[in-house]
Amino acid sequence: MIAHAIFFYTFSIIAVVSAIMVTASKNTVHSVFFLILDFISISCLFIMIGAEFLGMIMLIVYVGAVAVLFLFVVMMLNVAQQKNQWFAGQATSKHIPVGLIISTLIFFEIIIVIGGWKYKPEIFDINNSLANTSVSNTHSLGQILYTDYIHVFQISGMILLVAMIGAIVLTFRQRSGVKKQSYIKQISRERIEGVEVLEVQSNKGVKIDD
Amino acid sequence: MIEIGLGHYLTLGAVIFSIGVIGIFLNRKNIIVILMSIELILLAVNINLVAFSIYLGDLAGQVFTLFILTVAAAEAAIGLAIIVVYFRNSGTIRVEEIDKLKG
Repeated sequence: MIAHAIFFYTFSIIAVVSAIMVTASKNTVHSVFFLILDFISISCLFIMIGAEFLGMIMLIVYVGAVAVLFLFVVMMLNVAQQKNQWFAGQATSKHIPVGLIISTLIFFEIIIVIGGWKYKPEIFDINNSLANTSVSNTHSLGQILYTDYIHVFQISGMILLVAMIGAIVLTFRQRSGVKKQSYIKQISRERIEGVEVLEVQSNKGVKIDD
Repeated sequence: MIEIGLGHYLTLGAVIFSIGVIGIFLNRKNIIVILMSIELILLAVNINLVAFSIYLGDLAGQVFTLFILTVAAAEAAIGLAIIVVYFRNSGTIRVEEIDKLKG
């Protein structure tokens, strides 16, 4: 139990500090790196608490795909050197007090809700938790994901498809002046347009216009 | 303090959620950082769902975390595509200069 506490505090302190650095870092590339660190430490927490499948999926999806996508866009747009100082500058100073007040209000509201909660008595019974069953986490998750939640699962697949099509359509650009193959033009070409049969007279030849 | 319970995970989720909200409110320079703050907020929600799922012994929370992960990935892809298109059209993604809607 002491090891649990040590690991929890280590990972959560790393997560909180890197979350602060995501918003406060001056360089956007550094923000993306701190975001990756945040995701890694949170997924370590997930694995530690007993949700191994979700921890691994978070590593794959967030660190492997989303964060790399962010990094790619940051480097492609060349905004890494645009300084991200939100404490400096004249135009920003109006927003800082109001934003800080509202954020701390939200934080304390959540803390009050958590602190004033009456928990069920069996909620702290660790023997009740899923980690002690004989079936692995991935196995049991798959058992309910493909039976009880199959429709929601398929709808989430549709969401991913729509997002993929949307991203492609948004960033697609028709360039002018680029020679491309036109398949429909090639396929719909008829013999009558390409071939002309002429009567060639002797000693006159044929005039070709092209 | 030593006994780690549900409240510790919920507090961690609250802290990360608030940091994400602070990032959205206070960032006036770069719109990509706002998208990253949204990712932080979704991460905090995931922490809450997983902690409840483990401590209540109910797997539904982890299933919904999976769906939130899906939606977060779709949202990041669409958002970054919109940012790329906007940058191509206007040449900037600084938050102060995105004022075409006069909001």
